[in-house]
Amino acid sequence: MDVMPKWADVVLIPLISLLLAAALSAVVILAIGENPWNALKIMVEGSLGSTYGWGYTLYYATNFIFTGLAVAIAFHARMFNIGGEGQAVLGGLGVALVCLYIPFPHWSLALVAASVGAAIFGAGWAIIPAYLQAKRGSHIVITTIMFNFIAAALLNYLLVGALKPAGSMEPATGKFLPGTHLPSFQEMFSTADTVLFRGAPANVSFFVAIAACVVIWALIWRTRLGYEIRAFGHSESAAKYAGISPTKIIVISMSISGALAGMMAINNVMGEAERLVLNAVEGAGFIGIAVALMGRSHPFGVFLAAILFGFLYQGGAELALWTSIPRELIVVIQALVILFTGALDNMVRMPLERFFLARRRAAKPKPKLTPAE
Amino acid sequence: MDLLTLLQLLDSAVRLATPLLLACIAGLYSERAGIFDIGLEGKMLAAAFLSAAVAYTTGNVWIGLLAGIGASLLLSAIHGIASITFRGNQLISGVAINFLAAGLTVVIAQSWFAQGGRTPQLAGAARFNPITLPFADALRDVPVIGPIYYELISGHTALVYVALVIVPLTWWILYATRFGLRLRAVGENPAAVDTAGVSVVGLRFAAVGICGVLCGIAGAYLATALQAGFTKDMSAGRGYIALAALIFAKWKPWPCLWATLLFGLLQALALRPDLIQRTLGFSVQTQLLDALPYILTVVILAGFVGKAIPPRAGGEPYVKER
Repeated sequence: MDVMPKWADVVLIPLISLLLAAALSAVVILAIGENPWNALKIMVEGSLGSTYGWGYTLYYATNFIFTGLAVAIAFHARMFNIGGEGQAVLGGLGVALVCLYIPFPHWSLALVAASVGAAIFGAGWAIIPAYLQAKRGSHIVITTIMFNFIAAALLNYLLVGALKPAGSMEPATGKFLPGTHLPSFQEMFSTADTVLFRGAPANVSFFVAIAACVVIWALIWRTRLGYEIRAFGHSESAAKYAGISPTKIIVISMSISGALAGMMAINNVMGEAERLVLNAVEGAGFIGIAVALMGRSHPFGVFLAAILFGFLYQGGAELALWTSIPRELIVVIQALVILFTGALDNMVRMPLERFFLARRRAAKPKPKLTPAE
Repeated sequence: MDLLTLLQLLDSAVRLATPLLLACIAGLYSERAGIFDIGLEGKMLAAAFLSAAVAYTTGNVWIGLLAGIGASLLLSAIHGIASITFRGNQLISGVAINFLAAGLTVVIAQSWFAQGGRTPQLAGAARFNPITLPFADALRDVPVIGPIYYELISGHTALVYVALVIVPLTWWILYATRFGLRLRAVGENPAAVDTAGVSVVGLRFAAVGICGVLCGIAGAYLATALQAGFTKDMSAGRGYIALAALIFAKWKPWPCLWATLLFGLLQALALRPDLIQRTLGFSVQTQLLDALPYILTVVILAGFVGKAIPPRAGGEPYVKER
């Protein structure tokens, strides 16, 4: 029997971890001579106070939903996919190849094709480590880390070579074809007299991300495959005994994971930059780890955590603009969230468990011992 | 390629291999004791920053070195508490430490020096300066041996020699002392160590502590010997290359030296594309050289060239009783 009620596990622990991370971040802000309350106000104002701010917050959140889902589904199979970064780089390559060379009559077709391209490239980059884990026993964490670096080198190679337009000095591809322009929130929601989300990069791929959450939820809890993935994650030996092939689960769950990480590229490469540049992923693959941990590997949790990190990212940019706090503060907060929700989970959990146990004992008095005992 | 160019290339390989070697041996202690550590990168970075900052402020590089070791040890303590005391996920803890270091170093550097997340340039006694070994100048003109001694062996900073001494020392500790035997045992079968009445927690904390000290030296080397000051993200993936080298070396001290020297040579070659062009007659993409350590590691890890078997209890927290 679980010691804690479910709501405590799902809501209370992440919340306490978040508060701990926030408190420590406040200490850091105090230590460098700024006012944490003031900083929080600037962050909220800058990321949630206007449709412009929301446009950025949701743009970042879209990236993090994809990478967070990617890490989450791998977590369900007890795989730690730390290679979201590399898979997203390859996803960008897939998007670029689709958008550079195929003329599309309408953006919706382009979006479908680019999503497929991104997913295939991302999944392809994840399948190799998955296969090596399943068949050769090489540790997936190490291999996916190595693949991040190999991906970076590969992209670097392509962007200074084959993909760079002739005459250009910058390591980037040319502009994508015009038919691939995705409608931004500004184009979608502005009316004739009020312009909303002016200049913000949020675009239609946000809704693709939400759809991905629903699909992944259905996949994990409503399909046979999802059941097998979860069974494998809980106990490999039991899953094997039940006739579930470990190789199949590792390869399939990792390729779904890689596909999701790769699909991030429809947002940042196709939706925002409209060309492929070096370092387009900007660490979003790693933030996926924090998002998945915070969201307890549940698609809805991932969605909320992604919005939270979107807020932190946009807020952090505003902070760097208005105060002397550098943007890297967000990296610190991210690290603290990963630390408390991931590695120090037991530190938060153990006292809470004791508390709930004590409460339950108090509520239910011990049965009287019979004389025979 | 003439002898002098070759020696210069090897010299630069040694200089670039040193931080890799120190971090690799650091990882060796930790992983041999059963604690995975992908936080080598973060610990090096934190040490690089604090050593440069303190060396600049005090003007003494040795105090800087101590401060760097301190910073690295602090992160090691977090890793130890998370993965040993609270039996958390060691990999996630390592990831957190890497980000913590990447963020905090820039935030603190910015508020301390206000130079865009860097420390000021170090000079004079605030840096480790090259040491000319005895007779290097006198022997310089002796053919073959002279240049090898002068160019390659002499003229490094103190930490390079420290790193080279640490390899046999580690070999001795690991295979010839009681502590080393226990350290290896705790990474293979902690229950047996516990049954023998030796503290698993104590041994693992000791290993994580040694790892912290060595990462501290590696980081200090980056900022105060290889370069003159701290710059943002200056560890540049070296912690991960060290991890790769550790697997390449199959968790053994001497192979660690060869693996890091090889990876150092690859880095040195990536800096001199003209040399490859001249020697091989065709140019090799520097990106390929950059990626080669990682590709080699994947190949080794996949068991295509000899099997790399990690310590058996690696990554698993030890629970004393069920």
